[in-house]
Amino acid sequence: MIRVVLPAHLRILARLDGEVTLGVDGPVTQRSVLDALEARYPMLRGTLRDHATKKRRAFVRFFACGEDFSNELPDTLLPEAVATGAEPFLVVGAIAGG
Amino acid sequence: MSAIRLLVGTRKGAFILTSDGKRKKWEVSGPHFAGWEIYHLKGSPVDPNRLYASQTSGWFGQVMQVSKDAGKTWEAGGNEFNYAGTAGTHLWYDGTPHPWEFKRVWHLEPSLTDADTVYAGVEDAAIFRSADSGRTWQELPGLRGHPSGPKWQPGAGGMCLHTIVLDPSDAKRMFIAISAAGVFRTDDAGETWRPMNRGLRSDFMPDPTAEVGHCVHRIAMHRSRPGVLFMQKHWDVMRSDDAGESWKEVSGNLPTDFGFPVHVHAHEPETIYVVPIKSDSEHFPPEGKLRVYRSRTGGNEWEALTNGLPQSDCYVNVLRGAMTVDSLEPCGVYFGTTGGQVYGSADAGDKWKPIVRDLPAVLSVEAQTLP
Repeated sequence: MIRVVLPAHLRILARLDGEVTLGVDGPVTQRSVLDALEARYPMLRGTLRDHATKKRRAFVRFFACGEDFSNELPDTLLPEAVATGAEPFLVVGAIAGG
Repeated sequence: MSAIRLLVGTRKGAFILTSDGKRKKWEVSGPHFAGWEIYHLKGSPVDPNRLYASQTSGWFGQVMQVSKDAGKTWEAGGNEFNYAGTAGTHLWYDGTPHPWEFKRVWHLEPSLTDADTVYAGVEDAAIFRSADSGRTWQELPGLRGHPSGPKWQPGAGGMCLHTIVLDPSDAKRMFIAISAAGVFRTDDAGETWRPMNRGLRSDFMPDPTAEVGHCVHRIAMHRSRPGVLFMQKHWDVMRSDDAGESWKEVSGNLPTDFGFPVHVHAHEPETIYVVPIKSDSEHFPPEGKLRVYRSRTGGNEWEALTNGLPQSDCYVNVLRGAMTVDSLEPCGVYFGTTGGQVYGSADAGDKWKPIVRDLPAVLSVEAQTLP
């Protein structure tokens, strides 16, 4: 199972208390994780990436295992530790604004 | 006994203020959607418990919220606002073509006849309609497709469609206002639109009386006289007696005719309210005195309403969507400030009291008069 940690505003929007665990079919990538997340929580559609182009929103970042995966191609494999659930996939609001 | 519900949108959440018909004691609920910008929330005139809210964030974009129980619980609606066809371009601040890009919903206008139907005015300027209680949205593309569309240009706050006024006497007629394009009217339920800006003068334009390009801040109508419109423009307070076909200035003796909101008394269609602001670069009241101005003559002759409002060292602004009235007798008038105060008057503006003093900056205030 994949573990996903969302920022507080999106946890409230999705009515979540803690992290999300998701089953992902096939390769574990940024795209497949977000597809699974949005399928389970449709209210998150459009808040992380554009509805149509699937481009990441500018002030949203994706971290895992101490690294920034925000600018990786969406189909790049995420680390094995994310795929096994040992480490979470972190969705983070960028430090911008106030 | 009647009751009043005020729906307040702020920079950091929504608040719902309720009172009985005396309007002396208020209960405050909120923040709802804490931390998000709530540009506007408004109730359906058909079903007052049906509320629509625009929730936005620089990080996470646009979320729509719908409540069917007067704000006790909310459900996220659809947030996909796709421009119809090829989006095309408008003009950017520097005068170069810029792609049309959806940014946020500024204004929500529920239908006068169907609780599931609601219109949304958005930035970059366009009008959308939902007929399923906010689950899906479709653009009315005739507005943006007007031949002048590629020449529309943003005002300082962005190129926003910030005002939608429905004509209660004609289901196919509505008015919208865009900064900085001006007023448009449809007479066929949004299929086609015509600019309604004759008589406006804006000296920041190369042709100050051009058909399109005016920075209209707000328009208002009394439901008993849908052919009469009032306007607070960037500068100038204006009035139309022919449903927008022509406008004349009614700024009269105002200390400054710059401002954002304009509103009409609930029972007196010639009584109107504005909040003069010093200038386009100094968004605060002249002399540090917060004054609502009331005209009982439909403009030109204005009186300052100051009783209960700060008359020294006050440097807040009152934004375009942040003034409203209730329909009790006497008429209640309300406005919110960028300093987080919401002021109310239960006697048509003669005396004011702060209902709350320390909210985040207020973006919008709507009143619901409940049986």
